[in-house]
Amino acid sequence: MRLTLTVWRQKDAKSEGKFVTYDAPDISPDMSFLEMLDVVNQRLIEKAEDPIAFDHDCREGICGMCGIVVNGNPHGPRRGTTSCQLHMRSFKDGDAITLEPWRATPFPVLKDLIVDRSSFDRIIMAGGFITVPTGNAPDGNAILVPKDCAERSMDAAACIGCGACAAACPNGSAMLFVAAKISHLALLPQGQPERYDRVLSMVAQMDEEGFGTCTNHGECSRACPKEIRQEFIAQLNRDFLWGSVFSRPKVAGGSGAG
Amino acid sequence: MELKSNIPDGPLEKKWDKYRFDMKLVNPANKRKYSVIVVGSGLAGGAGAASLAELGYNVSCFCYQDSPRRAHSIAAQGGINASKNYQNDGDSIQRLFYDTIKGGDFRAREANVYRLAQVSSNIIDQCVAQGVPFGREYGGTLGNRSFGGAQVSRTFYSRGQTGQQLLLGAYQALERQISLGNVKMHSRHEMLEVVLVDGRARGIVTRDMITGAIESHVADAVILATGGYANVFYLSTNAAGCNTTAIWRAYKKGAAFANPCYTQIHPTCIPVTGDHQSKLTLMSESLRNDGRIWVPLKKGDKRAPGDVPEAERDYYLERKYPSYGNLAPRDIASRAAKQVCDEGRGVGETGLGVYLDLADSIKRLGEGTIRERYGNLCDMYERITDENPYKVPMRIFPAAHYVMGGLWVDYNLMSTIPGLHVAGEANFSDHGANRLGASALMQGLADGYFVLPYTIGNYLASTKQAKVDTSHAAFKDAEAAVATRVKKLIAVKGHRTVDSFHRELGKIMWEYCGMGRTREGLKTALQKIPVLREEFWKNLTVVGGNDEINQTLEKAGRIADFLELGELICLDALEREESCGGHFREEYQTPEGEALRNDEKFCHVAAWEYAGEGKTPIRNVEPLVFENVHLTQRSYK
Amino acid sequence: MAAPATLLNSSVGKKIVMAVTGVVLSLFVLGHMAGNLQAFLPNGPAALDHYGAFLRELLHGTGIWFVRAGLLLAVGLHIWAYLGLTLKSWAARPTGYRVNDFEEATFASRSMRWTGPLLGIFIVYHIFHMTTGTLHPHFVEGRVYQNLVTGLAPVPVALFYILAMGCLAFHLWHGAWSMLQTLGLSHPKYLVARKAFAIVFTVLVTGGFVLVPLAVLAGMLK
Repeated sequence: MRLTLTVWRQKDAKSEGKFVTYDAPDISPDMSFLEMLDVVNQRLIEKAEDPIAFDHDCREGICGMCGIVVNGNPHGPRRGTTSCQLHMRSFKDGDAITLEPWRATPFPVLKDLIVDRSSFDRIIMAGGFITVPTGNAPDGNAILVPKDCAERSMDAAACIGCGACAAACPNGSAMLFVAAKISHLALLPQGQPERYDRVLSMVAQMDEEGFGTCTNHGECSRACPKEIRQEFIAQLNRDFLWGSVFSRPKVAGGSGAG
Repeated sequence: MELKSNIPDGPLEKKWDKYRFDMKLVNPANKRKYSVIVVGSGLAGGAGAASLAELGYNVSCFCYQDSPRRAHSIAAQGGINASKNYQNDGDSIQRLFYDTIKGGDFRAREANVYRLAQVSSNIIDQCVAQGVPFGREYGGTLGNRSFGGAQVSRTFYSRGQTGQQLLLGAYQALERQISLGNVKMHSRHEMLEVVLVDGRARGIVTRDMITGAIESHVADAVILATGGYANVFYLSTNAAGCNTTAIWRAYKKGAAFANPCYTQIHPTCIPVTGDHQSKLTLMSESLRNDGRIWVPLKKGDKRAPGDVPEAERDYYLERKYPSYGNLAPRDIASRAAKQVCDEGRGVGETGLGVYLDLADSIKRLGEGTIRERYGNLCDMYERITDENPYKVPMRIFPAAHYVMGGLWVDYNLMSTIPGLHVAGEANFSDHGANRLGASALMQGLADGYFVLPYTIGNYLASTKQAKVDTSHAAFKDAEAAVATRVKKLIAVKGHRTVDSFHRELGKIMWEYCGMGRTREGLKTALQKIPVLREEFWKNLTVVGGNDEINQTLEKAGRIADFLELGELICLDALEREESCGGHFREEYQTPEGEALRNDEKFCHVAAWEYAGEGKTPIRNVEPLVFENVHLTQRSYK
Repeated sequence: MAAPATLLNSSVGKKIVMAVTGVVLSLFVLGHMAGNLQAFLPNGPAALDHYGAFLRELLHGTGIWFVRAGLLLAVGLHIWAYLGLTLKSWAARPTGYRVNDFEEATFASRSMRWTGPLLGIFIVYHIFHMTTGTLHPHFVEGRVYQNLVTGLAPVPVALFYILAMGCLAFHLWHGAWSMLQTLGLSHPKYLVARKAFAIVFTVLVTGGFVLVPLAVLAGMLK
């Protein structure tokens, strides 16, 4: 098949970018979307032109590194699929495809289709964990987790942190990402001790990073390659409401022994 | 070169306890005065960095991805082993130890493997406490599944995303330490040199992958947890960025490289479709629990799988290995697949594939159960192949997946360079010549959570080191060497792309040093690789410069190292004149076609020592002593 | 690291404020609509006038001021949250996409930001029109029914009211289920019920409102 690609090209974070159009002949429908880009890049390199920079790593839909907005859809038109697992059979001969980077203030473009997503790491730093230093754990079966809780927690934990939710959201909101992490831990007994502190800290960091606000459009779940449900945003809201209304001032920890 | 394994004496089951009592400790108040560099943020690196920081050390952690959460450990699907014996089916530390030693074809160190089996239970406990959503039974207890090479059910899992969940656990612990200021994280940084001062590892030189800045980092100890080098085969199940550069730089600075030829070919991957292919996707081995593997009995049978009657199918694993059946270890299952394809009985367009058929299990358990167990795997298969695995059997074929070889380490996980520690897939220590399924996650986390925090402390407490900073001549020299190398890559200005060199190297490796190796083949490869390498340095083209994001340049540096490593792998494979685990020399096989070890001559670790540019490396030997297990020919019949 | 969020200084908190004030305003429009429908009673004119008088005299005339103060506070907070949230969202995406492809977002969800201010303008007009009578050429204090009929008799005015109720419909439709989501009232079992509730509530309220100008135009109320 033959395609026409219109790609956002931007030299670095400081430069202005622009769209450039490329002709992409001889594309096999069995190629993945990124393999198609590999082919285009090989041809560019052979012509001594700068290849299109895009993030990718595992190429099996789990590392969360890849992410291209394809014709207005983060990760492309196929639901529940990352850019790397999207195959060219989802397109047809002669298609014009527009490739853009994630667009959000907290995701500044570094080059072409590569953006900086360290804001997500900082949100996790703010509280997306359970405080359990190595060596502190009781026996695995000492903590019983109802199967249903474990499964729902896993549904949320499946998040790969790619940022498609924030890229898809018309408001540039990262609520689905934050909600997935909040829910993963809030649904497990192990996550209870820090449950409400966690949600308050993570939401504050999300705001500080400059993400937009959720108006319940639902585009995030549609774009999510792991199809994480909006139900988890309600979980975040619920926990936030409870936490912000009923949380007590922090008690200074006294170490008794001496 | 002297290879001192530093295994504590005493009975096997007491060695680790003895080590922990005998080791020197760093006073809690003094820990913050020591700094440790961790390269890699996967299960071993991430867990190690977090655990060391929790103890109070000053940790700097590096990864080439944009976030530590993306390390390739994340792609592990099936599970993690632990000798919990929750299933009451006879598991024990001793049994996990034995299965792992035997699975590795008796080419691993007893003491290291025993320690691994000992701490396996602690790993599960730690991960549960971190909030890893393991699969559960209705009563709320942890679930288990079976995996290749074991007759007990000891594998813990989170659907088909166990690696992801375990890595997120380590990543969360790491992020917590970063927020507390105990870890300084450097993402999008690639390590390009290790720096030695007075013969000890004291730091690294990195390239900032955004700005191109070449920077030095100093520490009191360095840990490499940089994963494996299966990408030397070009097509593998590894992530595109996985590379050998860190350990190869260390090798060239004096760290011995052990058993490079022990590479694992995973039996259940999606077959290749064409030349454009950039990677092979693994389908978890756990599918073999409920999937039956078969090919048609007749050669060149082109009928659709559904049209082949039961009597004309060859369930070859069940036929050859009745007691383990479809759950035979990976090396054996892979070789068996190759055999049937060599006989012309392979399936699919290319004839390089075998069926993995879920039909019987769907009939027995219902599609719902199968969907619950393998839903995400089946979805992934359908996305890639456009075939519905609930209706049509999957086609699978072996692909390069994991490397058992790596930098040589002693019981402390320290390489032959004092202070340079190596963890996870990057070292050679625990899997011998073949790794069993669900053991890589166990080893990575064991090294990171429960071994390094002790051995690093012991190293720091028992070593007196001068204070150095990055103005030291050794750092300046290393920075200059890195800059020169980068410039050299850009200056070639030839006509061939990096990818084309990589693809060609991969083809050589797969053909001559893949599932079946011969003396002649390896010699051919040893002629071809240097020629290719020479062309690389004459005809490579890298577009753009150093001072920017330059993915071609990054790749060129990695391929340059693969082109050297490939040769060492073939050399090691040539010298090891026996078949064991993932290393199958066609000259050495039993009449039934099984691997034939030569314990008299090769019951040892081959640790290669760099001898200088253009010189043949030196093969050092660490004999393997088995005091607790009896060496037998592996039988899974 | 940012200090932990509180109800009023965070985006999620502002959304909760938005949702809670939304509940208050939704209940108000429901009541208002029910009040209006008294015009259709057999003794409509008297009933409506009597209802107006009842409201004005509640708690010796203070009641209505309590209600008005409450509504004003709710509207004020609703607008305050709206401004904070909208500006934050705009700042989050200064550069848009060349190609947009919405699949889940609806016209209602995407127009919330515009139907809100439009309703604000309508409410101001409506107060000057029907409450103070400033913009009502035939306003007679206390004659609620007559004011209603004469006020809505000009076709452009009636059409403006109907149009405004159109905005209200979209605003309520997305707002009603969105507020349940924001308050965390979500359960997979009741997802369908939640959507249904939003539709029923919207149809009930806006339908009830629109009946009045339609009836005036049709000459049923005079």
